[in-house]
Amino acid sequence: MTQPSQAPALSDTLLEKRRQIVAELGGKLPKDCLLHSPEELAPYECDGLSIYQSTPLAVALPYTIEQAQQVVRYCHQNQIPLVPRGAGTGLSGGALPHEEGILLSLARLNAILDLDTLARTCRVQPGVRNLAISEATRPHGLYYAPDPSSQIACSIGGNIAENAGGVHCLKYGLTVHNVFEVTILTAEGEIMTLGSEALDSAGYDLLALIIGSEGLLGIVVEIVVKLLPTPQEAKVILAAFHTVEEAGDAVGQIIGAGIIPGGIEMMDKLSIQATEDFVHAGYPLDAAAILLCELDGTETEIIETTERVNDVLLKAGAYQIRVSENDQQRELFWAGRKAAFPAVGRISPDYYCMDGTIPRKHLATVLTQIDERASHHGLRVANVFHAGDGNLHPLILFDANKPDDLENAHQLGNEILELSIAVGGTITGEHGVGIEKLGGMCSQFNAEELTQYHAIKAAFDDTGILNPGKAVPTLHRCAEFGHMHVHNGELPFPDLPRF
Amino acid sequence: MKNDHTEQMQAQIKEAIASKQALVIRGGRSKDFLGRKVGCTHLNTLGHKGVTKYEPGELILTARSGTPLKEIKKLLAEQGQMLAFEPPAFGDKATLGGTIACGLSGPRRPYVGSARDFVLGTKIINGKGEILQFGGEVMKNVAGYDVSRLMTGAYGTLGLLLEISLKTMPSPEKETTLVFEHSAAEAIQRINQLASQPLPISGACHIKGKLYLRLSGLTVSVNAACKELGGEILDDAETFWEQLREQQLPEFKTENNFWRISVPPTTAPLSLSGETIIDWGGGLRWLTSNEVSQSVRQAALKAGGHATLFRNHDGFGEVFQPLKPSIKQLHKNLKHAFDPHDILNPSKMYLDI
Repeated sequence: MTQPSQAPALSDTLLEKRRQIVAELGGKLPKDCLLHSPEELAPYECDGLSIYQSTPLAVALPYTIEQAQQVVRYCHQNQIPLVPRGAGTGLSGGALPHEEGILLSLARLNAILDLDTLARTCRVQPGVRNLAISEATRPHGLYYAPDPSSQIACSIGGNIAENAGGVHCLKYGLTVHNVFEVTILTAEGEIMTLGSEALDSAGYDLLALIIGSEGLLGIVVEIVVKLLPTPQEAKVILAAFHTVEEAGDAVGQIIGAGIIPGGIEMMDKLSIQATEDFVHAGYPLDAAAILLCELDGTETEIIETTERVNDVLLKAGAYQIRVSENDQQRELFWAGRKAAFPAVGRISPDYYCMDGTIPRKHLATVLTQIDERASHHGLRVANVFHAGDGNLHPLILFDANKPDDLENAHQLGNEILELSIAVGGTITGEHGVGIEKLGGMCSQFNAEELTQYHAIKAAFDDTGILNPGKAVPTLHRCAEFGHMHVHNGELPFPDLPRF
Repeated sequence: MKNDHTEQMQAQIKEAIASKQALVIRGGRSKDFLGRKVGCTHLNTLGHKGVTKYEPGELILTARSGTPLKEIKKLLAEQGQMLAFEPPAFGDKATLGGTIACGLSGPRRPYVGSARDFVLGTKIINGKGEILQFGGEVMKNVAGYDVSRLMTGAYGTLGLLLEISLKTMPSPEKETTLVFEHSAAEAIQRINQLASQPLPISGACHIKGKLYLRLSGLTVSVNAACKELGGEILDDAETFWEQLREQQLPEFKTENNFWRISVPPTTAPLSLSGETIIDWGGGLRWLTSNEVSQSVRQAALKAGGHATLFRNHDGFGEVFQPLKPSIKQLHKNLKHAFDPHDILNPSKMYLDI
């Protein structure tokens, strides 16, 4: 793991390279579009995963697609690594700069270009914030459904790169389910449109392939998103359980009863305590786990589904159930969940957020194992869980100032990822692989699968200038780190029950 | 294993590579009429069958590609669930593999999503004879490129599907279909206006002056929507939507060219001669016509969509809308990345892919 540190002095070769970029590319762009002094570059050294930092040779901040195109063409002609960046809120280091490359920020391409209320679509530039789309369309009774917790800051371009999710995606889908069309700049700097405003396109589904490709296949410069009618009302049910198992099972039973809640979230004891101290949402402090279940629709629908969910929760062993009585209370119920990360930040100097997805039925086993592993490393873990879709965010609490704590946290993180794979899940549900989970990729995929990924990359970017070193590890790296592929039956957790 | 033909099929692909003999992937042959005709040797998936996992509470089903679609639908129905993309089968023998390889979705598509939207993971054999697994059995998964969704609708040209994991959905408690008298232009306008409101719409089509609107969901929601919308309630609506999906309505009978034209849903009626059935809330136009291909493709393109010569063609000409050169090149690159020896369904979609 790269330690945060003083940026080392650049070698003469890199300094020369920077001078060349400034002279050559700088001449093709307006003056304020290319940053290169150390003070200007500093804010771009990391994204939302600040434990990894690196300084690029330059940061390009184009105002137009044509300017962005100039940057890409220049990088392609000169074989300079190019790292795209949206709002920089990513949690896997996907926008970590390349120290021999250029960082391309799409933040200034931030216009909402067109809203078609009849077709329920909105054409936007990549730097538009996720929430800004819903804010602009709400007066028309429409909204953009995917709502990652960073939606106030994260950009739609970054959402495309990461296939961002959110708390409502069990019912309304991920980014891939809510986008009609993207226009990309290819590695050569050509403009290409994938998908369309029709419901499908001729040929391969390149739109699905580009979404979640972490900036390795193309740079998104324009997007048409799908809008949905805003649900008339929403209520949140808060249910408290004595055990994590009961809470996990309750989720399966709600879904089994034919109800797909707008959102269904779980928090464990440590998360409940941390958030309650912080936002005073009225969470029961004696609960081992709470569920927050949001039901949306018309008033009559909500009355009906609330009653049904209430019955299921009681049968599943909930010892306390509260239903939000108004929007204010609903927001208060959510406030704790939404503040989980900062709340944990208050009880621990540092935390490290994991993002595995697991089949929900293994939740209790996985949480128990996480607990045991954490004790082993002398660390604590608070768990928040997108329970509907199995996406688990263990927050590893540590203190970077304590010797070994960071290394232990990283080690525990890797063990949690291995555990997710071992129960049939995945190392990342919505944060992406970036730089952070390359090791986990070696465990989740075998050499042939990784080779296939590299072949896909080469089909789009044969010289490999786009976001090199991210998302898909080289076989060499996998061999070097000694990660083992767990599909072959040699599970890294021999004490785990086999399913 | 009896129903697991992975090894046999892998051996056949390896042999095909060695002998440079391309293979045509075949399941139940229910959709043989789709795409271009491909000669050569067959690789049959029918023996590779069985549902390997179904967990209703997790909304997950995994099955081998040769599993009959109707078996899967029956299994889901027993648990009150369904494949929400409502795939057309075009015959009793349709398999899950063929369904996903063709990537077709039924009337529910604009309101709940397409076949690829429900694909969570696949196990495939690529054109090098390697068994590869992508995605998985969880809803959220962003590890690696989304190869599973790329496989959907690729007509087997990038890999042989071995197993597919799908998201299942609860079946609606109640469904009612309302019928209104409307011209095509009025119907397109009205369906799109209604779709902007929080109504439980699950299907909208226009046939011969009538707009059919299907509502699905909780009984209270459907009843409330019916009251709000008016219109005539259609008897035996289930049969109607099934016959629409399976193209068994009398309006589908034709010996002329039969086109599938996919356009932005708000597109006004296309100025093409012939009979049109509108599905997908305006997004899909089934056209029976003897217009020359060029006119049909031009009209589709102008509207921002694409046209497929769906039935009644010889299978040797152009079936799918031609691709722009840059996109075509990308298709060739991807084909080469998955199937460098051109073994799997070559020229099924386009002559040179």
